[in-house]
Amino acid sequence: MKTFNYERVASPEAAVAAGGRFIAGGTNLLDLMKLGVETPERLVDISRLDLNTIEEKDGGFLVGALVPNSDLAADPRVIANYPVLSRALLAGASGQLRNKATTGGNLLQRTRCYFFYDTHAACNKRVPGSGCDALGGFNRIHAILGASEQCIATHPGDMPVAMRALDAAVVTLRPDGDRRRIPLADFYRLPGDTPHIETVLESGELITHIALPALPPGARQLYRKVRDRASYAFALVSVAGVIAVENGTITHAALAFGGLAHQPWRDPAVEAALIGQPPIEAAFDAAATALLKDARGHGDNDFKIPLARRVLIAALRDLTGEPA
Amino acid sequence: MRFTINGSKREADPDIRASLLDLLREEFRLTGTKKGCDHGQCGACTVLVNGRRINACLTLAVMHQEDDIVTIEGLGSADNLHPMQAAFVRHDGYQCGYCTPGQICSAVGMLDEVAKGWPSHVSDDLSSPVLDEAEISERMSGNLCRCSAYPTIVDAIREVHDA
Ligand SMILES: Cc1cc2nc3c(=O)[nH]c(=O)nc-3n(C[C@H](O)[C@H](O)[C@H](O)COP(=O)(O)OP(=O)(O)OC[C@H]3O[C@@H](n4cnc5c(N)ncnc54)[C@H](O)[C@@H]3O)c2cc1C
Ligand code: SF4
Ligand code: FES
Ligand code: FES
Repeated sequence: MKTFNYERVASPEAAVAAGGRFIAGGTNLLDLMKLGVETPERLVDISRLDLNTIEEKDGGFLVGALVPNSDLAADPRVIANYPVLSRALLAGASGQLRNKATTGGNLLQRTRCYFFYDTHAACNKRVPGSGCDALGGFNRIHAILGASEQCIATHPGDMPVAMRALDAAVVTLRPDGDRRRIPLADFYRLPGDTPHIETVLESGELITHIALPALPPGARQLYRKVRDRASYAFALVSVAGVIAVENGTITHAALAFGGLAHQPWRDPAVEAALIGQPPIEAAFDAAATALLKDARGHGDNDFKIPLARRVLIAALRDLTGEPA
Repeated sequence: MRFTINGSKREADPDIRASLLDLLREEFRLTGTKKGCDHGQCGACTVLVNGRRINACLTLAVMHQEDDIVTIEGLGSADNLHPMQAAFVRHDGYQCGYCTPGQICSAVGMLDEVAKGWPSHVSDDLSSPVLDEAEISERMSGNLCRCSAYPTIVDAIREVHDA
């Protein structure tokens, strides 16, 4: 591992003033530093900042960026209000990793593209302009939506998919002292021709909180994850759903997908195909068709197109059928 | 840098890049904690930090100054085994033993999580999980065993839980 300077900071203000790479749980950053994929010169340890509480705010909740994934998943208020979030967190990584991984770090975890991890491979995300060995190479875990000729990587996270369906927002502190609130819808970028720039965060900008808004009463929630083994594996396809049905008509639908794109994917056309409709197969089919109309496989990942269709339809059946 | 390791105050001056795992093994010669993958994928390096199980390989030693760290050596000794160690012996919860320290530390941390009411991916009811075999397997999925001693590992953990 390349050496670095290390500083532990005592406040968010000191963190943004320190001018270095933040380290929280370290479970993604250190993994990548050991491989030489990440080579920060200065680590700013934010792990002991007082940003580890979950508070009620404006009918919703404000989650500190340093709340561990385990604690967020097990919080009785999260279980009661956002079971999709608990489920998504519990479907990710392992007990040990969730104890260390933080809410902010989870949002910013980097892709698991094999060529991104391999410093001998060409990868525009790791070395801009070097090419992309996933295009034309083994690309089973790669994107079918929103990809570019420069990068077809996916965002690997589970928690961010649930947060996308919940209309969460990221609250930040900038080095100039300004705070901003960025809806998750605007937070992640598509790869385009700059796949190394993954979010709209500016250099030195610290995530302090994640805001979770109140949901429509009676909405049902679900997280469904399909992976190569039953536990401790990243998603091939996942879906987070929040659906409300009143008098036989779908009145609220929020569906976000993991494993399909460079960001937790959400498409208004999918929800438009459902809202105002009865919860029947024809509506589910229309939603799946809307989701996948621009989908494109790259060979090894072609299976994700029919898989995403089936996962969405199964999720919609569960969300609108008789409660178990 | 100062640490509390298995109840004793210890000092060391490791390389800034040292993982907690390397600190334990190389500086303090506590070689019970094993290095399997060094990338958070196998669980052989599981230790308890401030009472919680974590992978010692994916965290920097320097980030754990003043923390309370318990390794397999701190759970029990040859003539005074921790109940989880005794149960692993009784049930043959290992073959080669390489993954065992991590399994045991993880199991101890895991039962603590169960006692706090934490749910898992396989809990039907997130609010009141019941620790059956599927729950133990899911909650221990961060600890791989190359010898596949899984059935007896589950038996050992179940016995300690039910005791
Ligand atoms: C074996 C293994 C299996 C895994 N399986 C899954 C899985 O199935 N599903 C899943 O979703 N994840 C999985 N993960 C990934 C895991 O969830 C992430 O590593 C973790 O969430 C990252 O959080 P962290 O706090 O450790 O981040 P760190 O490693 O500390 O940081 C990650 C990035 O975020 C930045 N950062 C951290 N906090 C802030 C902040 N507050 N403001 C601004 N920037 C910040 C850091 O600079 C860094 O770039 C797995 C990881 C491993 C090792
Ligand atoms: S898909 Fe993206 S991350 Fe993977 S090799 Fe291509 S450019 Fe790199
Ligand atoms: S050595 Fe730490 S998880 Fe494998
Ligand atoms: S006993 Fe050999 S790896 Fe588990």
